[in-house]
Amino acid sequence: MSADFLYGIEVVLNGLMAGVLYALVALGFVLIYKASGIFNYAQGVMALFSALTLAGIMSGQVPFAHLINAIFGTDIHYFGWNVPVLAAIILTLVVMVIFAWCVQRFVFRHLVGQEPIILFMATIGLAYFLEGVGDLMWGSDIKTLAVGLPQGGSLWVEDATSGLGGDDFYGFFIDKLDMVATVVAIILVAGLIAFSQYTKQGRAMRAVADDHQAALSVGISLNFIWVLVWSLAGLVALVAGIMWGAKSGVQFSLSLIALKALPVLMLGGFTSIPGAIVGGLIIGVGEKLFEYLIGAPFLGGATENWFAYVLALLFLVFRPQGLFGERIIERV
Amino acid sequence: MLYREAGDFKTTYVADSQTFPLKLDRIGFWVTMAVAWLVIPFVINDYWASSLLVPFLIYAIAAIGLNILTGYCGQVSLGTGGFMAVGAYACYKLMTSFPDINIMIHIVLAGGITAIVGAAFGLPSLRIKGFYLAVATLAAQFFLVWLFNKVAWFYNYSASGQINAPERLVAGVAVTGPSTPAWAQYLICLFFVTLCALIARNLTRGTIGRSWMAIRDMDIAAEIIGVNPLKAKLTAFAVSSFFVGIAGALFFSVYLGAVEVGEVFGIQKSFLVLFMIIIGGLGSIFGSFAGAAFLVLLPVALKWIGVDVMGWPTDLVAHFQLVIVGALIMFFLIKEPHGLAQLWRLAKEKLRLWPFPY
Repeated sequence: MSADFLYGIEVVLNGLMAGVLYALVALGFVLIYKASGIFNYAQGVMALFSALTLAGIMSGQVPFAHLINAIFGTDIHYFGWNVPVLAAIILTLVVMVIFAWCVQRFVFRHLVGQEPIILFMATIGLAYFLEGVGDLMWGSDIKTLAVGLPQGGSLWVEDATSGLGGDDFYGFFIDKLDMVATVVAIILVAGLIAFSQYTKQGRAMRAVADDHQAALSVGISLNFIWVLVWSLAGLVALVAGIMWGAKSGVQFSLSLIALKALPVLMLGGFTSIPGAIVGGLIIGVGEKLFEYLIGAPFLGGATENWFAYVLALLFLVFRPQGLFGERIIERV
Repeated sequence: MLYREAGDFKTTYVADSQTFPLKLDRIGFWVTMAVAWLVIPFVINDYWASSLLVPFLIYAIAAIGLNILTGYCGQVSLGTGGFMAVGAYACYKLMTSFPDINIMIHIVLAGGITAIVGAAFGLPSLRIKGFYLAVATLAAQFFLVWLFNKVAWFYNYSASGQINAPERLVAGVAVTGPSTPAWAQYLICLFFVTLCALIARNLTRGTIGRSWMAIRDMDIAAEIIGVNPLKAKLTAFAVSSFFVGIAGALFFSVYLGAVEVGEVFGIQKSFLVLFMIIIGGLGSIFGSFAGAAFLVLLPVALKWIGVDVMGWPTDLVAHFQLVIVGALIMFFLIKEPHGLAQLWRLAKEKLRLWPFPY
């Protein structure tokens, strides 16, 4: 096999890994969209917020320290302890559940029955709000997230595959973190599917997704389900936040991955969990391959910024409901 | 007592269908125009022009443009920043390629070019609806910004990748470039705002505006009663992009003078203009002005309160600004989906009856 072809395969592999991370964010969107019809633009900011909270709790930062210092003229920054990773993750989850309850209680309960596009714009407002709160609570400096995930390229894969090509091929370079992310994503999806198939709350969740009013009439509490779904989306956001945060530091650009998840959803369809995953993989591989084959040699590079959107746009023109979405039937 | 329609008789259809049916409204409008055209240019200074009035006027044009598309035709667009960039770069290329032609013509032409680009990106709207379309317009946003960054022809192969507005004169006074007086900046923007608002107001209450609103309210029903969705949607995209392009051209040539496309016309700008029309009021020309004024004033006011009065550090105030803007968006969507324009309408209703309750 020629080295060029093998490099192509490496690009595809790395694209798959990147796609897994897109799919993780997209999963949070699908959960909320299925249960409440809300297209949650704030999902990416939730990932940023949860990663910030985790980093803040772990290093023992005082929440709103900056604000308190400004008002009272004090000079506090840290409690002076370090919280172990597992406890910090649980505390962060508690914060995300509280956040879910607040969102449901103060925003979306008042918007029930509004048009989808109004709900969408409300979540854009929510994204700004949450971003501001995150910065106020934990400061806007770039934080590193050391939760003990492996970093760097995997030597084992590199050694094992170096024999495939000629002399100028040194084996596949694959980030260990990406491999961990893939495993975590698989576990997460399996867990979510098991939850929605085999538990009482999971079944109630699917009932709400099917038909709000029918679910209400058999005694399922919509409020509870919606809080539950927002909490689950918070959990997914936390996982995505940990993965992206460990990869590139916890900073504002983390919230921009939410934008990347939008074309993923458009490809996969807003209502399908497998669709989110397949869409994520297609976008991940597609943009890496396009950059490698066409973007970098002919178009001056950085095509990753827009390739996903244009692909989704072209795709939607031919199939408006996405790959796995339910067929859109319009009635007057 | 003062503000009422009693005694305001109309004897012709023209009088009945004018923009401001009440006499007091008409007086208010002409007083506003007189102050804007005849008083402010003589008292304006650099600070007022660069931090409040000029951005307000330019954003008002952009907001009118987006309001036509989103408020009147119901097509949500997140590509405003990208279309503003088209206007800016079109204006730059025209300014540098044809230096002898008046810049006013260039700005209008830049709007026209943006209209063509906008209509092209509007084509998918015939198949894609709702927030699918909103996401699809993101393709325009990211693709256009990338294009202006990568293709050196657009920035005349300058080393920095920036575009800089050369000095251009209108009636012997510089309106672009570093030596522009504040009142000239203000007046050229005011001219285009007046023009755009007049055009928009009259388009939206004519046949074409009604077909937009029919599409917005229910597109299938509109199609059945004979509104051509192709024509309605594409004209909405084109007219909207025309205004947004003019706003982009002014933003670059008159207001900033030098532009780096990713910073100035990024996705944040798209959201900012969208927020203006949500807070101001969807489907209202007055709302576009109100929203633009509100979101231009808010950071200035917050900075004044936070930094100058309370003595807080600037980054803290910037974070507060995010929280307040986000909370306001949600508040308006929950409590008053028609925005400041609706509050204004309600206030006028109350004034008509005042001091009697009924």
